[in-house]
Amino acid sequence: MPHTKLRRLVTISVAVSLGATALAACGSSDDDSEADAGPVSLTYWSWTPGMDKVADLWNDGQGKKDQIKVTVKKQASGDTLVTKILTAHKAKKAPDLVQAEYQALPTLVSNDALADIAGDVDGVKDKFAEGVWQQTTLGSDAVYAIPQDSGPMMFYYREDLFKKYGLDVPKTWEEFAETARALKKKAPETDLTTFSANDSGLFAGLAQQAGAKWWTTEGDKWKVGIDDAASQKVADFWGGLVKEGAIDNQPMYTPAWNKALNTGKQIAWVSAVWAPGTLTTAAPDTKGKWAMAPLPQWSASENVTGSWGGSSTAVTTDSTHKSAAAKFATWLNTDPEALTALAKEGGIYPAATTAQTSDAFTEPPAYFSNQPDFYTQAAAIAKTTAPSAWGPNVNVAYTTFKDAFGAAAKNKSDFGAALTKMQDDTVADLDKQGFEVAE
Amino acid sequence: MSSLAVRKAAPAAGTTPGTAQGPPLRRRIAFVPTVTLLIGALYCLLPVAWVVIAATKSGSELFSTFTFLPGTGFTENVRDLNAYRDGVYWKWMGNSALYAGLGALLSTAVSAFSGYALAIYRFRGREAVFNILLAGVLMPPVILAIPQYLLMAKADLTDSYASVLLPLVLSPYGVYLARIYSAAAVPTDVVEAGRMDGASELRIFTRIALPMMVPGLVTVFLFQFVAVWNNFLLPYIMLSDDEKFPITLGLFTLLEQGSNTPALYTLVITGALLAVIPLVALFLVIQRFWSLDLLSGAVKS
Repeated sequence: MPHTKLRRLVTISVAVSLGATALAACGSSDDDSEADAGPVSLTYWSWTPGMDKVADLWNDGQGKKDQIKVTVKKQASGDTLVTKILTAHKAKKAPDLVQAEYQALPTLVSNDALADIAGDVDGVKDKFAEGVWQQTTLGSDAVYAIPQDSGPMMFYYREDLFKKYGLDVPKTWEEFAETARALKKKAPETDLTTFSANDSGLFAGLAQQAGAKWWTTEGDKWKVGIDDAASQKVADFWGGLVKEGAIDNQPMYTPAWNKALNTGKQIAWVSAVWAPGTLTTAAPDTKGKWAMAPLPQWSASENVTGSWGGSSTAVTTDSTHKSAAAKFATWLNTDPEALTALAKEGGIYPAATTAQTSDAFTEPPAYFSNQPDFYTQAAAIAKTTAPSAWGPNVNVAYTTFKDAFGAAAKNKSDFGAALTKMQDDTVADLDKQGFEVAE
Repeated sequence: MSSLAVRKAAPAAGTTPGTAQGPPLRRRIAFVPTVTLLIGALYCLLPVAWVVIAATKSGSELFSTFTFLPGTGFTENVRDLNAYRDGVYWKWMGNSALYAGLGALLSTAVSAFSGYALAIYRFRGREAVFNILLAGVLMPPVILAIPQYLLMAKADLTDSYASVLLPLVLSPYGVYLARIYSAAAVPTDVVEAGRMDGASELRIFTRIALPMMVPGLVTVFLFQFVAVWNNFLLPYIMLSDDEKFPITLGLFTLLEQGSNTPALYTLVITGALLAVIPLVALFLVIQRFWSLDLLSGAVKS
């Protein structure tokens, strides 16, 4: 009996130690954190296609001189990446550099994930439009990121069909509504555009154009202005158009939407500077038939636009080489060679104002070959970008937007109520997270 | 994968209830379940058919032609996928095979050892261990991903192959299944007989019990393989180097490229189709091991 008992013990301990040896055998192969002196190696999480090639330009040029080597680890874009960065930060394992959308910056900063690099980026500010730069400072003296690309909003329309239906390009939102109604009369099956609630950035950009400031600080408190007068105006405008049936209410980026654009059932799209890329896949048959114009204005005397999309390069607090990382971030987003490569490899529209008129942007995008001055116009529009105001829980506001406005658009019900819900949910979440909220 | 199971089950339902003693009446009743199962099969196969057909469409055909009209771009899609960033797709495929293959193998081994031990030996705390395991079965692996990441970070193992493999090795469901199976398939008489003949415990396990447990272990292996192959969140959190990504993550990065660049739909769809093929092949090949049940019955009587 004792004999079998011993054996039993052995069997069990074998089973246990099997797990343990597996643990020990797979040793670490990471190459993190070395001393500050000597060559520096940085990692960079980015989703821009071809970013590794741009980093190689640095590694073979300036980086070689400064002994700073950057390794790009390609990621998927979007809110999930923010979660991933925060998880990694919790374990003090965030990479040195991250790509982050502007609206994600406050979330990252309030979790103490981003380093203030103000001391390393003297004079960089002048290279960017005021409204863009201000997003990376969060209205403070700190600098949390360097702008990389921007998404000034524009109005895209089918030039040929506008001519066919005898429509003029709307200069104001009022004209926009008139155009939508006129089109409905002439071709009841056709819509000017659709109101889609599946990308919150679009509505945020439109509200921004109208002068909305969704998150502001008041002393130590956050102030949420999602249902301010400007946003209400925008919500009522689109809600009214949807309710009277002047425009469609189906979401965009669906196969049905692609088809509508491709077959001329929808003849305009309120979008941003990156639209040519989307249209290329969504409506391949209508290449060369589209044109771009400035976004309609709220009053004829104004000239502002909102922004939809765009991202920045930030240095994390986990980085042991913050100055080196800031140096690379500055080079990446201000050096002409780097920006040209970014435009070519990654198809980005640079935030740096000088780059917007550089050699990389003399030719229009292939899809818009009929509009030779596409990028000249785009650069002029980009200058009129209104400042935006992001807060630490943009994700919550965006999710509520999708739910509330998605339902409102589908049922053609009151958009104002949806906006109020968005405001309430955002304030409630800030409260829950422990931020002080001003009434 | 459920589609395969359904397809297999459909003819069985029609034939089994007794051609031997079954009156024609029973056959007519079987009509309803057969139709239900056929509808189920259709429901499961339709998305698969969509993927197969969509993979043949070129970028311009994808959203503009009729959904179930085959396109002309399949070879081109495969070529593009092949060329994308110097064939990184195949690297992802290899990674998936490694994670799923090695991970499932290790976890089957651990399940076999522990399941057998839990079923055959009586020791203090056995029920406690088993109950904890049961609780583990009920716990969705998704909610463990972040704690596991933090643990791996402590061990300095994040962003390595081990960080994805290690959490997979212990599968509560696998251990549970192995325990149930070995309790049913390995008679204590046989184990006792082995001891009487002087075989060591390890020898009894490897030479006598293990062969009897094979059908159960094949099930554990398949379940684990499919689970790992389809796993997303764990590798998503653990890995940052896209050279180590499994296929699920790789395809996700193709979809989410930022707003400047359009999603590479044709590549993703073709990639998804190719990624299913190994799973289907695995099921077809390994299925035959399920019929090895006979072994246990022969000894028992």
